Amino acid sequence: MSLVQMSVRDEPVAVTEKPGRKPGFGRHSRLVFGLVVPVVLALGWEILVRLGLANGRLVPPPSVIFATFAELARSGELQRHILVTTSRVAAGFAIGTITGTLLGAISGYSALTRRLFDPTLQALRAIPSIAWVPLFILWFGIFEGSKITLISVGVFFPVYLGVMGAVMSVDRKLVEVGRAFRLSPVAMVRRILLPAVLPAYVIALRSGLGLGWMFVVAAELLGASEGLGFLLVDGQQLGKPAQIVAAIVAFAIIGKISDWIIVLATAPLLRWEDRFSAERVAD
Amino acid sequence: MLTLENVSKTYPNGVHALEKISLEVKPGEVIVIVGGSGCGKSTLLRAISGLDTPSRGRVVLDGVEIKLPQEQIGIIFQEPRLLPWLSVADNVGFGLDNRPRAERRERVAEALARVGLSDKADVWPRELSGGQAQRVAIARALVPRPQVLLLDEPFSALDAFTRTDLQDHLLYLWADTRPTLILVTHDVEEAIVLADRIFVMRPRPGQIFEEIPADLPRPRDRQSAAFDFVKRRVLAALDRSLARDARIDDRKTDAETGAAMWW
Ligand SMILES: Nc1ncnc2c1ncn2[C@@H]1O[C@H](COP(=O)(O)OP(=O)(O)O)[C@@H](O)[C@H]1O
Ligand SMILES: [Mg+2]
Repeated sequence: MSLVQMSVRDEPVAVTEKPGRKPGFGRHSRLVFGLVVPVVLALGWEILVRLGLANGRLVPPPSVIFATFAELARSGELQRHILVTTSRVAAGFAIGTITGTLLGAISGYSALTRRLFDPTLQALRAIPSIAWVPLFILWFGIFEGSKITLISVGVFFPVYLGVMGAVMSVDRKLVEVGRAFRLSPVAMVRRILLPAVLPAYVIALRSGLGLGWMFVVAAELLGASEGLGFLLVDGQQLGKPAQIVAAIVAFAIIGKISDWIIVLATAPLLRWEDRFSAERVAD
Repeated sequence: MLTLENVSKTYPNGVHALEKISLEVKPGEVIVIVGGSGCGKSTLLRAISGLDTPSRGRVVLDGVEIKLPQEQIGIIFQEPRLLPWLSVADNVGFGLDNRPRAERRERVAEALARVGLSDKADVWPRELSGGQAQRVAIARALVPRPQVLLLDEPFSALDAFTRTDLQDHLLYLWADTRPTLILVTHDVEEAIVLADRIFVMRPRPGQIFEEIPADLPRPRDRQSAAFDFVKRRVLAALDRSLARDARIDDRKTDAETGAAMWW
């Protein structure tokens, strides 16, 4: 996403600029500019439907979507489904992150472990994860177990690959500085390796979380009585497209919020980064 | 007293980098090592620092054999190698982690003042120029007050002006506690500005080819006849160190070729 935004920036980038010094105006005008196309499309559709020039039944106009959204929120349904979905993602994200971090760190650190485990993991990664669903249902039941397992698998691979790559690419020269100062193995991890891998780790967590949201949809589409994915299926079966779009909007919003949380939580630790777009961490 | 006893190094891939290097360095002496690229200068410094171990022979500091990095031995690399996630002050204090916070803060502030970077204490390393970053690296190595300071081509990535500036600066810092300095360079003038003794190395396998005393009065005048005399001696020794090698290789042996290609 940041890549896309980066490519549409038209003003020259001040590389040395410090975070936070960015004048607010540039960012706001860019945001407004980006909203032009969706707002025009939405308003246009609304007008067409209102004028009776288009039938809004299959593609509901914004006002209907908003009303559905508000109704779901007022009845507390929306919050309940969001809570269920978010808990599933949180559980799967936690499991996938912990296992991915541990295995990735070990494989990055030790060539022997990497040669032992990495081929197997890469082969497993080649399997489209949805293909596991029947097996997971047999193993873990049709309720939470199989869903959380599927989400964990989705989160695991980007985290594992990101951590392994980050550990492997730690600058040998900085490790040598640690050796010259006689750091113990624990101090070496704490004072050199961890800070060195942190930027790549944050990116790995963000892509892991993105896949977590993708997989929760898959898991809930395949059978659930609660959750935003259930709202999708329910909307399809009962012919309520506005409910489907409302659920999609909810997914977009909480997905973006959870990504922001990672970015904001780690931003203070990454202020040192000498990045091309260091002033735009929270975009 | 730092002593090297028949230090030899053969890398696991079979490269014979050092052959029986023996040296005695008195405390506070400034030794400069010059020699063609690949003649084992870095290998030698790494063996002295304990970052690497000799295949044969020993490095002994005050009667204790060095096998691992020691607190009494500091090293400065060609690149500053500052940790980008630490402020300049925290980089300088990196080797003082086990000291009380107040002492650490005081010694860091003192070291930064001595390298003239007090105003940069709280900035990130990325905000420093190359010369400033290398000064921070020098401060970081000096703050634990090592007896021996090793420098591997520390100024070679800098422009000529900054380089002379840092040479003077290094001597100023050295004059304070007078650690033993062992510095590798391929800049002959730099060698003569700094050294008490200059060792010219020759390659394949790395050996000491010639020792040249440079006991000129300090501060040294680059324009003086004595400076020029030592300079010509070093250049001639470098020529010969390569010429012999070239003859083995059956190449041209005239001094011109040597002078042009010794680095
Ligand atoms: N880690 C290493 N493994 C194998 N060979 C090495 C290694 N480091 C250096 N060498 C070889 O040892 C020789 C001396 O290298 P080095 O000490 O770096 O020379 P210098 O610093 O004088 O340029 C070179 O031929 C180099 O290729
Ligand atoms: Mg070298």
